[in-house]
Amino acid sequence: MPQTVLLVGTRKGCFLLESDGDRREWKLRGPFCEGWPVYHAVHEPMSGTIYAAAASEWHGAGVWRSSDLGETWELSSEGLAYDADGGTKVSKISGLTAAHGRVLAGVESAGVFESRDGGATWSLLSTLEGQPGRSDWNDPAQQPPGHLGLPAMLPHPDDPSRFWAVVQGIGIFETTDNGVSWAPRNRGLRADWPRPHEEIGFCVHKLVMSPVDNDRLFQQNHVGVHRSDDAGLSWTEVTEGLPSEFGFAAAAHPHDRDTYYVIPLDGLHGRTMPDGHASVWRTRDAGATWQRLDRGLPERDAYLGVLREGLAVDTYDVPGVYFGTSTGQVFASADEGESWSEIASYLPAVASVEVAVLG
Amino acid sequence: MADLHLPGTLPPLFAGLPRRLEIDAGTVVEVIDRLDERWPGLRDRLCEPGPALRPHIHVYVDGERAALGTTLEERSRVDVIAAISGG
Repeated sequence: MPQTVLLVGTRKGCFLLESDGDRREWKLRGPFCEGWPVYHAVHEPMSGTIYAAAASEWHGAGVWRSSDLGETWELSSEGLAYDADGGTKVSKISGLTAAHGRVLAGVESAGVFESRDGGATWSLLSTLEGQPGRSDWNDPAQQPPGHLGLPAMLPHPDDPSRFWAVVQGIGIFETTDNGVSWAPRNRGLRADWPRPHEEIGFCVHKLVMSPVDNDRLFQQNHVGVHRSDDAGLSWTEVTEGLPSEFGFAAAAHPHDRDTYYVIPLDGLHGRTMPDGHASVWRTRDAGATWQRLDRGLPERDAYLGVLREGLAVDTYDVPGVYFGTSTGQVFASADEGESWSEIASYLPAVASVEVAVLG
Repeated sequence: MADLHLPGTLPPLFAGLPRRLEIDAGTVVEVIDRLDERWPGLRDRLCEPGPALRPHIHVYVDGERAALGTTLEERSRVDVIAAISGG
């Protein structure tokens, strides 16, 4: 019987929610990582290691790892630092990606670190020097609101040297030579604000790839949902039919290249589900039309927020869909989002949800 | 030997690290060096690159706010405090 494990990163540590292949009954373990804020926790399937990106207000940023499904944990930040004389700091590990035998960490201030020894030590891979406007990225006066970090990397499943990086408020960049050189991949995206450089200045919240068509990328942007059919060379907006153009999270169906999930939020300051009606939205035609999925979710008075890593889809034949909220609930669907149940109610604010299917 | 007192947030991160121990050191930075020798990685939990004390880590020597270069007497008491922050 397979085991289903949700990795939930929260404001106060990492939690695991475990079930079998039916995904009906769930058991919670945690908190782990000494209650440090965990921004993203991922599972590396080859080694079975869990990695959790964290930053303590007192003790700095680091990556926790567990090779026994959370029974024991180790912390390392060895090598996870910029040169002291450069003036920039690693204040936060924002996102992790485990692929091709290594772990990539996207950090704030913007840069990518890698570990090739299972998270014991780290080294700087790239800070995307030479990209348009790069010299302004660490200038507070030139930055968009909030902190400018590099929250996500999207690996190519077949080519270890090729991956995409998202820089907050700047956009997507692709490398095909393991970070030696980069190219902006934002053509066709919309921005409702002035941009000093034509190729950058886009606010990409979450970038995903179809596992069955690696040229098919999908993103939830600050302004709209967008699809690419050429691996990011060009983008087409597919927002029409959604209740809001704003949201953070997005996820791709594991078996169908045309099916994606997003969670639209009120785009003004609230950034919670519109009208207090909790919903996940799904397209089955690559964004041409959208369907509200809300059976089992609260239909009123539910002002839930879901962050960029807060939505996940598993790999079963009938995939499960999961999301965690900034008010500490985790909701699960075992039928592609058709129906939902609340499987955790009182966690700290959830930053990330990832799912692993074991066995 | 300095009489070192550590915050409760540190021992869970390093096997065998006590809250209170005696350290043979002439300055605050030497205290942290000695700790890092016995518990590798501990320096990073107290210091940023530079090194400089992390913003929310405060050190007191004999009751006075100290910096990394502050010198210790033979029997100085050194308190490392995780400053009140967060929620």
